[in-house]
Amino acid sequence: MATAAENIPSQFEVLDSSLESEMTLSMGPQHPSTHGVLRLDLKLDGELVINVIPDIGYLHTGMENLFEYKKYQQGIVITDRMDYLNPLGNNLAYVMAAEKLLDLEIPERAQVIRVLMCELQRIASHMVWLGTHCLDIGAMSVFFYCFRQREKILNLIEAASGGRMTPSYFRIGGLMMDLPAGFENRCNQFLADFPEAMDTFDTLVTGNTIWMSRTKGIGIIERDEAINWGLTGPCLRGSGVELDLRRHNPYCGYETYDFDIPVEHDGDVWARFKVRMRECLESYKIVRQALDRLKPGPIKADAPKIVLPDRDDMRKHMDSLIHHFLIVAEGFNVPEGEVYHAIEASKGELGVYMKSNGGPKPERVHFRGPSFVNLAALPVMSEGEMVADVVAIIGSLDIVLGEIDR
Amino acid sequence: MTEKLHGYVENLKTKNAAWVESVVESHGEVTVFVPRESILDICRFLTAEHGFDMLADLCGVDRGPEEEPRFEVNYHLFSTIHYSRLRLKVLLSDDDPHVPTLTRLWKTANWHERETYDLFGIIFDGHPDLRRILLPSDFDGHALRKDYPLRGYEPYSLN
Repeated sequence: MATAAENIPSQFEVLDSSLESEMTLSMGPQHPSTHGVLRLDLKLDGELVINVIPDIGYLHTGMENLFEYKKYQQGIVITDRMDYLNPLGNNLAYVMAAEKLLDLEIPERAQVIRVLMCELQRIASHMVWLGTHCLDIGAMSVFFYCFRQREKILNLIEAASGGRMTPSYFRIGGLMMDLPAGFENRCNQFLADFPEAMDTFDTLVTGNTIWMSRTKGIGIIERDEAINWGLTGPCLRGSGVELDLRRHNPYCGYETYDFDIPVEHDGDVWARFKVRMRECLESYKIVRQALDRLKPGPIKADAPKIVLPDRDDMRKHMDSLIHHFLIVAEGFNVPEGEVYHAIEASKGELGVYMKSNGGPKPERVHFRGPSFVNLAALPVMSEGEMVADVVAIIGSLDIVLGEIDR
Repeated sequence: MTEKLHGYVENLKTKNAAWVESVVESHGEVTVFVPRESILDICRFLTAEHGFDMLADLCGVDRGPEEEPRFEVNYHLFSTIHYSRLRLKVLLSDDDPHVPTLTRLWKTANWHERETYDLFGIIFDGHPDLRRILLPSDFDGHALRKDYPLRGYEPYSLN
């Protein structure tokens, strides 16, 4: 099939002809520092990077197409596989978009548990980022300490939902099930050790001279340019823009929690590193507050035609049994309309555009993945840096290819 | 919240009455249907006058081959100053799926437009590098169109 782009000159042609010593190096898709299956076409002059052309799509699985063939409640499972380091965030964005279309009122306890689990997941996601970022730059041991913390969080998520990496814990209208007995104690045990673990990371990397010289002044992106490139999350806050959707477009009652938005102004790898490190402690604060707010109450919205009934109800009430059968067999109809709902995922703005034509399956679901947009800005950050710095910049963007390729 | 958004839409109308075809409000979101040839001017105006400085998302929708107009392109604008969102929508017909690019205004539009071209076959006129992004360059057809078969045109093989 002929493309419209054939007649348009490539934007890199001028650069190609101006340098004789230029070399092209293909990095990836199997390179460990590309965090998955990202391929980079590096145009090099010696060790200096003239241009980077990211090549994505190696992990494309057609998820957005799959949504159109699945019922609304079946789509939750697909979202787990997108940003696989932050599956609960994906679940939340998806179910909240559907709830917006259905105008559902979510009970207080379910909201608190959603906040609690999402913040735990954010810490887990940042732990993977820190471990792999350090590994890329050459600090091996941090990785093990980070994954020890992450393992504790994954155990908590497993206790609540039954799955470690693919929880599918949030459902349209509430939660899959309530927290298990003793969850608060286990969570408190994790929280008791966590600040100390953050101190360990600070000792290992933050004050390290080698770390600073590898990250300071590398991969700078200015404030206005960051907005123009659509950066969100820690990458944008590292460039001096105070934007956090939890504060500025609040959802799940985030406006009632007390937390700070870490902002750095340098826009380099070091700034993004500092923002994420401080964010872990802010998430820790939110988890503590959410635990204090856990009061007994319903965890599902009062909408019997949309939310699956409890097993106990099904044994006693005929209508619950009928509703269960109908929801599982036929799904539920969602009123015609379209919404765009964005949440602050661990990597930035995770937006879900959902369009319904009135049936049990969506007409279109589009995920605006933060990694996808953040990665697009890689060329402008890497220009003029060394090859080894490109690795540091990729680490500081915190990309997940599952979300980029979808 | 939406009163403010309706104010922006009113300003758009005063600036140029042809810019606003219709306005729909639902679920607390405001959608403005705009003519495709002035999408760049409208975005420039909203960026300069009303602080919509970020293109949060751009996505295509296929309503189905029998619908007319068949395609929608949604622009989700966001402001890092007053934190509100506005959706612009352009409708395109099947035989002429062309829309001007926004890459001159927002660099982030580059990859979004490439993705929309890849999956829907919508052509963004003036785009500097309109290649496929998610699917391989020799892929046949546009995978998110409603008339594209779920398993593709070719029978599946392991080669």
